[in-house]
Amino acid sequence: MTPVLDIKGLTTEFRVKNGWHAAVRGIDLSVNANETLAVVGESGSGKSVTALSTLRLLPQTGARISRGEVGFGGRDLTKLSEREMSRIRGNDIAMIFQEPMTSLNPTMTVGDQIAEGLLIHRGMSRTEAAKEARRLLDEVRVPDPARRVNDYPHQFSGGMRQRAMIAIALACRPKLLLADEPTTALDVTVQAQVLSLLDDLKRDRGMAIVFITHNLGVVAQIADRVAVMYAGEIVETATCDTLFADPVHPYTEALLKAMPRVDRKAESLEPIPGSVPSISARPAGCVYAPRCNYVQPSCAAHPSLVPVGGNHEARCPVRADKGEAA
Amino acid sequence: MTAMPAPPPARKQSALLATLNRNRLSWVGIGMLAVIFAVAIFAPLLSPHDPLQQNILHRLEPPSAEFWLGTDSYGRDVLSRLFHGARISLTIGFLAVLVAMIVGSTLGVLAGYIGGIFDQVVMGIVDVMLSFPTLLLGLMVAAMLGASLENLIIAIAITETAPFVRVARAPTIAMKRQDFVEAGRALGFSPGRIMGVHILPNILSDIVVVASLWMASAIRTEASLSFIGLGVSPPTPTWGGMIREGFENILSAWWLVVFPSLAILLTVLALNILGDALRDAIDPKLRGEE
Repeated sequence: MTPVLDIKGLTTEFRVKNGWHAAVRGIDLSVNANETLAVVGESGSGKSVTALSTLRLLPQTGARISRGEVGFGGRDLTKLSEREMSRIRGNDIAMIFQEPMTSLNPTMTVGDQIAEGLLIHRGMSRTEAAKEARRLLDEVRVPDPARRVNDYPHQFSGGMRQRAMIAIALACRPKLLLADEPTTALDVTVQAQVLSLLDDLKRDRGMAIVFITHNLGVVAQIADRVAVMYAGEIVETATCDTLFADPVHPYTEALLKAMPRVDRKAESLEPIPGSVPSISARPAGCVYAPRCNYVQPSCAAHPSLVPVGGNHEARCPVRADKGEAA
Repeated sequence: MTAMPAPPPARKQSALLATLNRNRLSWVGIGMLAVIFAVAIFAPLLSPHDPLQQNILHRLEPPSAEFWLGTDSYGRDVLSRLFHGARISLTIGFLAVLVAMIVGSTLGVLAGYIGGIFDQVVMGIVDVMLSFPTLLLGLMVAAMLGASLENLIIAIAITETAPFVRVARAPTIAMKRQDFVEAGRALGFSPGRIMGVHILPNILSDIVVVASLWMASAIRTEASLSFIGLGVSPPTPTWGGMIREGFENILSAWWLVVFPSLAILLTVLALNILGDALRDAIDPKLRGEE
């Protein structure tokens, strides 16, 4: 099966003072239809930059995609013109954002905002689009959609706004949905509802989802596969089950230890010391080495992503050897 | 609740009315404007005499039962001329501000949204225009174009475009970073659509407030230009023109200067009161709680 999205060696750089520094360094990602890939990592690891690079929504000055390709529908998105890109945005690839409170236009009704994409990308008439907006609002389980389409965003609660955002994103039946921390601003019960909604929509439509989050609990709930990012690199990829059962990279392991779990005492939470190095001060060797408990002299050389099992890759030679030996 | 922007009130109109009600003075301004606009619209019906009819037998008569506000040096009725002058002043004030608002806001939104060199060039021109006193700039343009109603509107519109560019640009820059504008780009909306449908309606209230304040200024500029003879040519009655003609006889016929001056004063005052009230209505800091 050819993947819906196939990112190869993507490097995105930002201008910091006078030099260009990579926020995302040579990452490979692919997602298949009807699959949810979770991209996990702490703040500054390059998750959002990866999503924004895919849609080419980075600021025009001060940021550039310097290498790599973003394969989508047989085309390399990095080579398309701005005009071709705007036909893909919202139509074939849609994105939902973190803040449902501010991601809707306060001066337009929710229905009009859902219909807007249909008018532009699908050339629907106003009445058709309004009818479809009502149907979509129903599909994302907003109660009383016939009345709610005429409401303004401030009349919606946070969870309902995020549902409205999802309806806007899914209006044109995209093949790929980029979800950038869509549940972070919601409380936990609403979060669970939105996640199961996304999961159902994915199955119904056979859509590919790239789900960006820093919350491993969310990952466990929604992801089929997981890519763990650290300092602009993918440090480990595995299926969701494998990653939780058998993490190989020390960073993944540390993340799991820092996550509260019902079956462990809260005191056993272990914070990861230090923070992600800034993009202008990345270490030469393994980027995680300064924070790693397993550091070896060989970590001074930059490791590459190596297979450690079926569909499981990690960027840590120290642990990979041990894993294979065991 | 601190990180969240204040949710707009359930109904914009009722919030506006509530704020206007809180400040009684704003109703005075609205009432005065309503009267002035009514006078301008119904001037032919309200005027007791023909504003252009000269009468050598009634030159420079003080206010009387027949000529309520007296007559000028050609024997024309001051009250009738005042009513008809309202038409000219309000037309020029309204149209000049409308033109300035459309041109200025368009440039301001474009400059704010596009940024870069375009922004720098536009704002450079705006700064140069703002460094001229309004009257001087209007005087130069009016003198260049020649005196006529259209040219006066153009001249005043040019002098008042720059402030609208500024007023539209700053909130556009703030809006550009809003999540819903970013989301619009992610949905493949064209820049024109984002500016026109998503940014402009959100900054329109700022622009309208400034428009009401600058309309007062436009009326003042029109009167000033008419006073120095660059306005609509006589015998068409304009407030500024009436003051200019009355100025020659100010010591013997005070009514020629006082009444048109009062008309200008009251109109400008009413527009300023309205502008302040509108500004308070949309400013969340001043809106506050009861």
